[in-house]
Amino acid sequence: MAANDIVVSAIGVHKEYRMGAEVVHALDGIDLDIYRGEYLSLMGPSGSGKSTLFNMVGALDQPTKGDVFIEGENMAQLTMEQLAWIRCNRMGYIFQSFNLLIVMTALENVTLPMIFAGLSPKQREERGKELLSIVGLGDRWSHRPTELSGGQQQRVAIARALANEPDIVLADEPTANLDTKTGREIINLLKELNESQNVTVVSATHDLKMLDVSDRVVYIRDGKVEQIRDRDEIDIHVGSLAGEHE
Amino acid sequence: MEKQAQSDSAIRSQIRLPFSEAVRISFQSLKIRFWRSIITTLGILFGIAFLVAVISGNTIEAAVQADETQTVDSVAQDAEPTIPPHQIWLVIMSLIVCVVGISNAMLMSVTERFREIGTMKCLGALDRFVVLLFLLESSLQGLAGAIAGSIVGTLFALLVNLRAAGWSLWRVFYQFPWFTDVNGAPLGVAPVILIGCLVGMALAVIGAAGPAFRAAKMPPVEAMRVEV
Repeated sequence: MAANDIVVSAIGVHKEYRMGAEVVHALDGIDLDIYRGEYLSLMGPSGSGKSTLFNMVGALDQPTKGDVFIEGENMAQLTMEQLAWIRCNRMGYIFQSFNLLIVMTALENVTLPMIFAGLSPKQREERGKELLSIVGLGDRWSHRPTELSGGQQQRVAIARALANEPDIVLADEPTANLDTKTGREIINLLKELNESQNVTVVSATHDLKMLDVSDRVVYIRDGKVEQIRDRDEIDIHVGSLAGEHE
Repeated sequence: MEKQAQSDSAIRSQIRLPFSEAVRISFQSLKIRFWRSIITTLGILFGIAFLVAVISGNTIEAAVQADETQTVDSVAQDAEPTIPPHQIWLVIMSLIVCVVGISNAMLMSVTERFREIGTMKCLGALDRFVVLLFLLESSLQGLAGAIAGSIVGTLFALLVNLRAAGWSLWRVFYQFPWFTDVNGAPLGVAPVILIGCLVGMALAVIGAAGPAFRAAKMPPVEAMRVEV
């Protein structure tokens, strides 16, 4: 991992929402660099602004003030089409509630971003099946989401996130709807992919299991970066934090 | 600047949704929500059946009358296939109700699929893909409803005239108003069926356009945040 190879860079990012007459400062001046190939967790209580930051980093939302650069491109200067292209080809998203399209089979879900990227049906099927077997669902490609367990659905979502060989996989609370064991499996799978496919993983979470595998953890509180810790520092803290949490 | 123009053209050529894929996805969405689709389709069916029955009914009736006047007394009397004004009003009303029904169904269908739309946009779908998918869905429903409605309407018109004109109708069959009515206007049974199909599709697309555009414009995150 080249330490200075920055994939995403947020500079002085502010985000304000208007809730009725009140203005909510969801993000209050965030500076953050995300390096290629790292596994980064955004931690923070709900309402801390971590989901908002996640959306900024993932080209899903624009800051009120400040800039977000993805692969050196300023998000604020891109057209809708360019943003869509970036979401399709550079990013892979994984959500808390899996967000698979229920009308489609596992394989069709995985290959949908490939349609947008312009792959031929044959290429799509090959790559889709390959990805499904990587996440351990090679034999279940024809199943619909309703026929799969939560953990399996999240695996399909992970395969879908990898469809167009993204630079970054963004996971928003990927384990929140799963039991501890399944959550652990999903985290391990993400870590495996992070290492084997050399894909950058950014995960917004408050799941402490995520700490073990993260290269860096960014703690967000009240719309600000409270602290950033490297993995060797984290290991010391896991015990006390986990105890505190449970 | 040049680089931006370059990457822009690259993007244009790379993000796409082939029409065949769009049709396949729309068809799948309709199939999975089969009964809901059937109900929307029935709405169009009744509207179009009524439209076709009124126009074709008049055409056939005029043809029967023209035939009778020719045989009963040789004085050729123009049997004008005019549609009574109150029937025109009824047809217009029924079509309006039809559009409202489709709009409502599409609104429901779009609302419950905000999350799906948000997800698709996260995967790189452009606004126009979302519009295309929803309009395709509704025009497929419109077409199915319109074809069935045209057949039902024509059959109904035939049956009513068969009953009213008695068996003398059979004599009309050798000069059955397939393409033109007695005045030569293109209001024969075949063109009316075609008109019915086009109107049905148009109604479905009009009804779906509003909700589809609204859904497509939503930013992906907002679309996913909506709790239904």
